[in-house]
Amino acid sequence: MTTDTRPGAVPADQPAAAPAPLIVTPDGPTRGRAMSGAPPRREGPAKLTGAALYTDDLVFPGAWYGTTIRSTEPRARLLAIELDPAFDWSKVAVVTAADIPGDNVVASIAADQPILVPVGGEIRHQAEPVALLAAADRETLRQARSRVRLRTEALLPVFDPLASTLEFAHYDLAKGDVEAGLAGADLIVEGTYRVGHQEQLYIENNAMIAVPRPDGGVAVHGSLQCPYYVHKALRRGLAIDADQAQVIQAETGGGFGGKEEYPSMIGLHAALLALRTGKPVRMIYDRHEDLAATTKRHPAIVTHRTGVMNDGRVVAQDIDLLMDGGAYTTLTPVVLSRATIHAGGPYDIPNVRIRGRAVMTNTPPNGAFRGFGAPQSEFAAETQLNRVAEAVGMSPLEIRRRNVYRLGGITPTQQVLRGGVAGAEVLERAAEASEFERVRSRTAGARSGRTSRDRTARGIGLALAWHGAGFTGSGEAKMGSVVSLELSADGGVRILTASTEMGQGTKTILPQIVAAELGLPFEAVEIAPQDTALVPDSGPTVASRTAMVVGGMLIGAARRLRDEVEGRTGRPFAESYRDDARSHGSTRIDQAFEPYPGVGFDDATYTGDAYPAYGWAAAVAEVEVDLDTAEVAVISVVAVDDVGRVIHPVLCEGQVEGGTLQAIGYATIEEIKLHDGRYLNDRLQTYLIPTALDAPRIETILVESPFKDVPHGAKGVGELPMDVGAPAVIAAIHDATGAWIPDLPATPERIMAALAGIAPPDPPGISTASTAWVADATADADPGAER
Amino acid sequence: MTYRLTINGASTEVAVPGMRRLLDVLREDLGLTGAKEGCGEGECGACTVLLDGAVAVSCLVPVCQVDGCDIRTVEGLGRGATGTGATTGATDAATDAADPQLGPLQRAFLETGGAQCGICTPGMLMAGEAFLASGAEPTEQAIREAIAGNLCRCTGYTKIVEAIALAAARQTELGA
Amino acid sequence: MPFEPPVVSPTTLPEAYAIAAATPHRPLAGGTDLLVQLTGEIGPPPERVLDLWRLDELRGIVIRDGTLELGALTTYTEIRRSAACLAHAPALVEAATTIGALQIQNRATLGGNVMNASPAGDTLPVLLALDAELVAGGLAGERTIPAAAFWPAYRQTAVRPGELLVRIRIPLVDGGQQRFRKVGTRRAQAISKVVVALAWRADPQSGRWRDVRLALGSVAATPIRAAGTEAVLESAPPTEAVADRAVEALIAELHPIDDVRSTAAYRREVAGRVLRRLLRDAGGW
Repeated sequence: MTTDTRPGAVPADQPAAAPAPLIVTPDGPTRGRAMSGAPPRREGPAKLTGAALYTDDLVFPGAWYGTTIRSTEPRARLLAIELDPAFDWSKVAVVTAADIPGDNVVASIAADQPILVPVGGEIRHQAEPVALLAAADRETLRQARSRVRLRTEALLPVFDPLASTLEFAHYDLAKGDVEAGLAGADLIVEGTYRVGHQEQLYIENNAMIAVPRPDGGVAVHGSLQCPYYVHKALRRGLAIDADQAQVIQAETGGGFGGKEEYPSMIGLHAALLALRTGKPVRMIYDRHEDLAATTKRHPAIVTHRTGVMNDGRVVAQDIDLLMDGGAYTTLTPVVLSRATIHAGGPYDIPNVRIRGRAVMTNTPPNGAFRGFGAPQSEFAAETQLNRVAEAVGMSPLEIRRRNVYRLGGITPTQQVLRGGVAGAEVLERAAEASEFERVRSRTAGARSGRTSRDRTARGIGLALAWHGAGFTGSGEAKMGSVVSLELSADGGVRILTASTEMGQGTKTILPQIVAAELGLPFEAVEIAPQDTALVPDSGPTVASRTAMVVGGMLIGAARRLRDEVEGRTGRPFAESYRDDARSHGSTRIDQAFEPYPGVGFDDATYTGDAYPAYGWAAAVAEVEVDLDTAEVAVISVVAVDDVGRVIHPVLCEGQVEGGTLQAIGYATIEEIKLHDGRYLNDRLQTYLIPTALDAPRIETILVESPFKDVPHGAKGVGELPMDVGAPAVIAAIHDATGAWIPDLPATPERIMAALAGIAPPDPPGISTASTAWVADATADADPGAER
Repeated sequence: MTYRLTINGASTEVAVPGMRRLLDVLREDLGLTGAKEGCGEGECGACTVLLDGAVAVSCLVPVCQVDGCDIRTVEGLGRGATGTGATTGATDAATDAADPQLGPLQRAFLETGGAQCGICTPGMLMAGEAFLASGAEPTEQAIREAIAGNLCRCTGYTKIVEAIALAAARQTELGA
Repeated sequence: MPFEPPVVSPTTLPEAYAIAAATPHRPLAGGTDLLVQLTGEIGPPPERVLDLWRLDELRGIVIRDGTLELGALTTYTEIRRSAACLAHAPALVEAATTIGALQIQNRATLGGNVMNASPAGDTLPVLLALDAELVAGGLAGERTIPAAAFWPAYRQTAVRPGELLVRIRIPLVDGGQQRFRKVGTRRAQAISKVVVALAWRADPQSGRWRDVRLALGSVAATPIRAAGTEAVLESAPPTEAVADRAVEALIAELHPIDDVRSTAAYRREVAGRVLRRLLRDAGGW
């Protein structure tokens, strides 16, 4: 790895010789390099010894086991929930919608998703929760499960988003005059791209344990990203006040967006059972249930019409984006908004029209997943641009040079890019490190000389992306987040935030940031547990906002704490804070989010500064395609990411490497097939993610083009690599084989269909349907049957 | 039935149904929650333990088949524990300060960033431990093959491969 | 924690036969298929289990009477490490290498793969192509079943109630050639989309192929022999023209389906391409 630090960009008030330097510039790729400057991750030893306690590791004596009865139809009217009278129900707690004390709503953007479908209500998807059971032992619970029958009346489901009439959200963006731009273009290229569902596949399944509190409320311990989302859901669904609802994050085994929203549902379920039984209740999903019921990345259909001049200048983009939200609104409007804003890619095009729409289908709801809509629309944008480059006979690198955003560029929301614009830089760095043009001319030579004797074909592909840092539009300002920093009476410095650690390193980088600001050693700064009884609502751990937004607020809090203490002691903070704590007692600073100066967004017209800053990413992938089987091996990836500021090189690289492999999985093997609105790949044997042998060598290059409105300049890293991996792989497959695969994932079946002219698989992301649902059925009988 | 197991060097007896999964015996009957359940069908490797030195997924092993076996779990890898994890590798002041109980492979994971969310880590460490014990040449390909049964969703595997290579290199230095 | 059916763990084969004869039991070898079924999510879990793991009579790899003999409890790891297997059944070694990862290979057994009778069972086409014999035993003694007659229908075997699979015998063939190719869902821990196993003996004088056996997995309800294609290849040299006819014959006689892992069209196309590649490699053109 190399880290570029621009001397002029270092904040002037950076402590000159802090004991724990915020910005670490390692010398080179030597093993264990980070130890010289960056601390080992805070919770690392516990994770490495098995001592870290994840939800299923927590023991609550006397706890009962909970389970969820789900619908098995994509759409139906629920007529009755029948309990077999021959079964002894005295040892089983049963909860239905009628038992919900508050609103029967999982609090989110819209109030459409029930906690449990009520009798008389409409079942909208195959995995929808209808009733809850709990028992003191698993065997009783297992037997009870089989004695519940749902009486329903089937209703006609909708599976095809193109045919859906229920719209969750739409956005229209326009810049310039797209029709005039197209009319004046030398060439117009059209393309349609489709992407399917993707599962986050955190290795720890969703899990929640609810414990009744003496005050009539409930404490929920769980695997989650956003304690205050669950907190809000508990308050509303259980009609309890803020103090009665307590949410405590257990060690969390990965999230990637998949534990942003669904934990509210599971937390409510566990809490309802706990309040019913008066016992702690464990709701630990197994992989099958987690895959079948929890949210996925949205499938999308994107069509492009691009006007280009012979010199490679793109003059018009006309883009239509359709996302499948699944059965309920969930986070779909914000996913769609990010997808729409990013749909043109990182290019300054004079005439742009982007229409984004998200609709309902009778499939399990889709939700947050690393990238949050941008990977879908940027895959389409990048693949389209590569096809445009091919059409005008230009290198993919050169066409990007001619169109990429520069300082002062104007986006489709009329945002003027005023700083931290590093698209051209990451592009050049990626091209240089991968020797893109040299390798590309070699693969082109190999392609032209290929015979049927050749077994494999190599190819190289390039992609470029931008990713808005933090929440879209006015989201952050509306959220009103707060962080706290405490100097306790015993002289400890403690961070209080709701930002969760789920692998990214939150518990390491936040103390690093504060320690650097206060001039303390890393070890001197503690971080409080993510327990809503202790920490303020510093917003959800999503949108790559933790380092930038929460980190920035913590620096503000640290400065105030320092000023206050130094004002009292007249000596530097590091030398005097312990004395101050002894003499003055504890000091707590509550720091609220303050909007970045000059950043504004108009929700009504959807124009203005969609994001306070953008991160920039480029990836170059090399693949080897087996010409007999169309299997793709991704050999290497060069990933170049501008994160604003590197806080911890090892953790930062880890984010890039992990995100890159998720993108490769998205590009090549990760697909969910559906029949009658049910996921067919609902086990780990059928939903596949890359193994160590599927993973390429990943070379990470971190670029620092800071965001000037936060003192540390960080723009976030989590989602960036997810945007570029897939289009780079698809471009490399094209370079190897000459075939463009417009659908993700580019499975061997899709590639072989393009190469050999055989029947292609069904398009990704759309359910096939039984003849019972459609008069003109084309689906094979029971394609889900394992042979 | 009563089954006799040696776990991380200590003998123990459990009286449980023979078809109980070793994973459940470890986690629920013995309170050793280091091994994790990620899928329950042998795909993810988070429950990997060593049975008489060989990697196995404890979610697919009934306890009736491990009567009399020597079992090692992540809890046995630390320096305070017995077994090969107890051998002292090259020291590093910073990580020692972070946790003096870490064994050499664990320390290499901490240094290189081989653990992120940590849920695959106990199984990954056992796969790495078996690889180090095998004496195989620690090439990148060999390391990747050794951990191909352990899924990780956070790291992209790069830093895990680095960690095992680092531990192997230190092991070689010590042996030389 | 899934369902825990009762289990018996006999230590001698006669004891096991007696238990199997008295009451129906599901035999348990390495457990890598059976334990997954305990959740009940993919069909009803077994009611009673007969654990074979302690039956040392069912272990070991030996050369005996012109055959390579493998105990039913032979694990894939043992196959991978066996010099005898490498010498006489390299295709089996290759298949063993592609199954699961080390964790699975250390526990999963050849006998388990045979008795699980999955159409995607990776060793089954190898056993068909190598003309293996499967030996079943019971209170009434042992009997030998040719691989070609062992999997009569989807997930069924020729083993009768009360019998146990005890060993697998692979005939040693002088100058025998064997090839294996698995097309899976990813590069490790993959379930097959298409498996091709091919065995033949080249006539030392003419170079023509004799005793050609071509077997495939994941393309039908059972592992199959491709008899029509074998007929094209039998007594023919592996030339490009012969390969063209063989591929055509193979595509004509395969009737795979679409399922969650792949499509019928892909399976048929790829089976043909893999066969062509194997023939091209053998023919050197």
